[in-house]
Amino acid sequence: MSDHNLTHNHEEHEHHEDNFFSKYVFSMDHKMIARQFLITGIIMGTIGMIMSLIFRLQLAYPDMKFPFLEGVLGHWAKDGKLDPNFYLALITIHGTIMVFYVLTAGLSGTFSNLLIPLQIGARDMASPFMNMLSYWFFFASSVVLLSSLFVDGGPASAGWTVYPPLSALPSAIPGSGTGMTLWLAAMILFIASALLGGINYIATVLNMRTKGMKMTRLPLTIWAFFVTAILGLLSFPVLLGGSLLLVFDRSFGTSFYLSEIVAEFAGGIERTGGSPILFQHLFWFLGHPEVYIILLPALGITSEVIATNSRKPIFGYRAMIGSILAIGILSFIVWGHHMFITGMNPFLGSVFMLGTLIIAVPSAVKTFNYLATLWKGNLHLTPAMMFAIGLVSFFISGGLTGIYLGNAALDINLHDTYFVVAHFHLVMGSAAIFGMLSGIYHWYPKLFGRMMNETAGHVHFWLTIVSAYCVFFPMHFMGLAGVPRRYYANTAYDQFNVFVDMNQFITIAAILGGAAQLIFLANFFISIYKGKRAPQNPWNSTTLEWTAPVEHLHGNWPGEIPHVYRWAYDYSKPGAEEDFIPQNIPDAGQIDPMEEAVGLPEPSKKSVQEPVMA
Amino acid sequence: MATNTLSTENKFTWGGGKSPFSVSYGKLMMWIFLLSDAFTFSSLLIAYGFIRYSFQSPIHNEIVKPLAHLSDNFVEQMQQAGLFVQDHWPSPELVFNHFPFVHGMHLPLFFVSLMTFILIFSSVTMVLAVEAGHRMAKDEVAKYMLLTIIGGAAFLGCQAWEWSTFIGEGARLYENPFGPKSFAALFFIVTGFHGFHVFSGVMLNVIIYLNVLNGTYEKRGHYEMIEKVGLYWHFVDLVWVFVFTFYYLI
Repeated sequence: MSDHNLTHNHEEHEHHEDNFFSKYVFSMDHKMIARQFLITGIIMGTIGMIMSLIFRLQLAYPDMKFPFLEGVLGHWAKDGKLDPNFYLALITIHGTIMVFYVLTAGLSGTFSNLLIPLQIGARDMASPFMNMLSYWFFFASSVVLLSSLFVDGGPASAGWTVYPPLSALPSAIPGSGTGMTLWLAAMILFIASALLGGINYIATVLNMRTKGMKMTRLPLTIWAFFVTAILGLLSFPVLLGGSLLLVFDRSFGTSFYLSEIVAEFAGGIERTGGSPILFQHLFWFLGHPEVYIILLPALGITSEVIATNSRKPIFGYRAMIGSILAIGILSFIVWGHHMFITGMNPFLGSVFMLGTLIIAVPSAVKTFNYLATLWKGNLHLTPAMMFAIGLVSFFISGGLTGIYLGNAALDINLHDTYFVVAHFHLVMGSAAIFGMLSGIYHWYPKLFGRMMNETAGHVHFWLTIVSAYCVFFPMHFMGLAGVPRRYYANTAYDQFNVFVDMNQFITIAAILGGAAQLIFLANFFISIYKGKRAPQNPWNSTTLEWTAPVEHLHGNWPGEIPHVYRWAYDYSKPGAEEDFIPQNIPDAGQIDPMEEAVGLPEPSKKSVQEPVMA
Repeated sequence: MATNTLSTENKFTWGGGKSPFSVSYGKLMMWIFLLSDAFTFSSLLIAYGFIRYSFQSPIHNEIVKPLAHLSDNFVEQMQQAGLFVQDHWPSPELVFNHFPFVHGMHLPLFFVSLMTFILIFSSVTMVLAVEAGHRMAKDEVAKYMLLTIIGGAAFLGCQAWEWSTFIGEGARLYENPFGPKSFAALFFIVTGFHGFHVFSGVMLNVIIYLNVLNGTYEKRGHYEMIEKVGLYWHFVDLVWVFVFTFYYLI
């Protein structure tokens, strides 16, 4: 009785011819929406990366002039010297773009949209219309954020965490004016997009699975997207509330986040009664789950890519689900570790510390399961596999420093230094980017029906991982020596002068890493048109998306949706004819999809697969 | 090809055994949305709690008894009596003690109780509409939907009166004659955000009501849309219970 919406949509698409707008712009097809998210994400990522290169240039050569910068940035770089206010704006917008626009919308928007319907065996999302709306809210949000680069006073400059009072008083610093207002508008649009998407993902996973696709047969990608969507759904609203109060503080004279300490800047109105710490609580209640909103999809993609390319079942499937759930739950009760020294009760600090350190347990479970899956596998080192292994590497090297930072006592020394920058760029930034790249290389044949160039992929991988480690690893030492993050120039302090060479090394490595991304961009965009035509199942994978035809159909499968008889990881099963058994192949003699297929399929596989392919 | 897709699609949306939670995806989406909306309201109420408890608790009122006479400059009188001071949260029963068309009486929380009653009563009529929908009784659904709409509109009207009275006494987002500024600011934000939800709910109800009159759901064969807006309406009602408790009662 309940499928009237979906039926309606399909009817609609039957009756009218797809024109340019309904096919490429206001598309309601999840595969097209995934491409839209991906390409927008790549564009935003490129912008964010260029920003980081500009401020890295400033950090490495604080006294040098780069006349070309004036050509690019105009009055923000007079005589080729970066304006300090614009430096703050750059780090703020770099963080915002990377965290929200690339690694939240670009990563989970792309792969949730592409893979959820295809891997669970659904025609489309629960609500294709809301799905389209989700993309266009995201698009509008991106436009608003980028437009803030062109306003008087520059874009928001209070750091991506936009702590008051810098964000709450429009006259605090140049970027606190229109730029900050646009930042908040962009964020509210973004939250709307995230909620529309999240509601859709959850409802689709719960309610649209094909026959036989039990929760315990879902590929780990879907589990990761599912938990990610729940995290977003429960944490983004809190940022919405927090931003709302911030808008009122900025524009309507309230004092939710302002107290007596800032009275003289407050523009004539006496500001009493609020607390900036309230904002930090509300922000980090989103901000910490956000870390896992970024990381979990990347980990899910890695699980899938590593199992497929090791030709082995994923080690500890249920432990992996358990650890995803444990990480998801724990992520909601550890936000205070971002606030150890903000004036929070020290007793609370120890509670948050305990929760934080416990997260190491499920994270270690995941790491060891990856390693165990790789162990003695028949490794196919495709670019996707290389990036997935790269993720595991970053997850370990960045995760270990998390244990230092999660410790309240050590954090007193390490907070707000380059140690923190190194930590989160490795464990969340690089790891998640690697997960995203791994997903792009792996599912490119599904997204665009063509293959990417493999050699270029390997060159891209090696240049990226080497330069990423060269950029972020030295930062640990700077952080331990006390170099603070977000400073315009560290040469003003004698004790940091020892790091001049290191800063230059980091910047050169960053530029090399940035140049390496050009290889990826060229590979990506050229392959859309010129790549080798993809076979239906290029990686010999077991999951359902590879049973759908290469060309995109509305409704994904011609004829009936395949039924599912087994879990997603039947690789190298002893006795089987090939080293993988797709999920839609029943055991010999099996009729009921709900029964667990533990044996082997009919020897003549071709005839069983036939009805699906027809 | 497309016809095939459609004809297989009609048979099942949910393919695997027993549907989770035994609900359609549309209703599930409404539940999920409400869950996230609950977090939005929680963030505002937690902000309220955080700020409220950074002030000292309200001074217990032993001077003014219910139904007693109110002087014309009641607020000033209370300020002089030390009941409305800057570092104590004001006692809501002294602030919200007016009633339309009744002048000069101390009627603590009478009006907001009436508002609460109206909103809860509109939830009752919503339940009746859902129940009538199960019986496919179009006229009854229409009748109860209309009553629900009237209830929602009445609540919004009451809120408008309460706001204008409050503002008339000098309360602003940045000013509050009753004590700490945050009291007024939080009042406007929390009840305003709730009022926005009620307003959206009334709009939704009107759309659904018109659809009922047009016979949309009769043609569709079920009145599930009534249940979906019903969920939203009950949620808005439930949130009000929390707002009422936290803001007015304690």
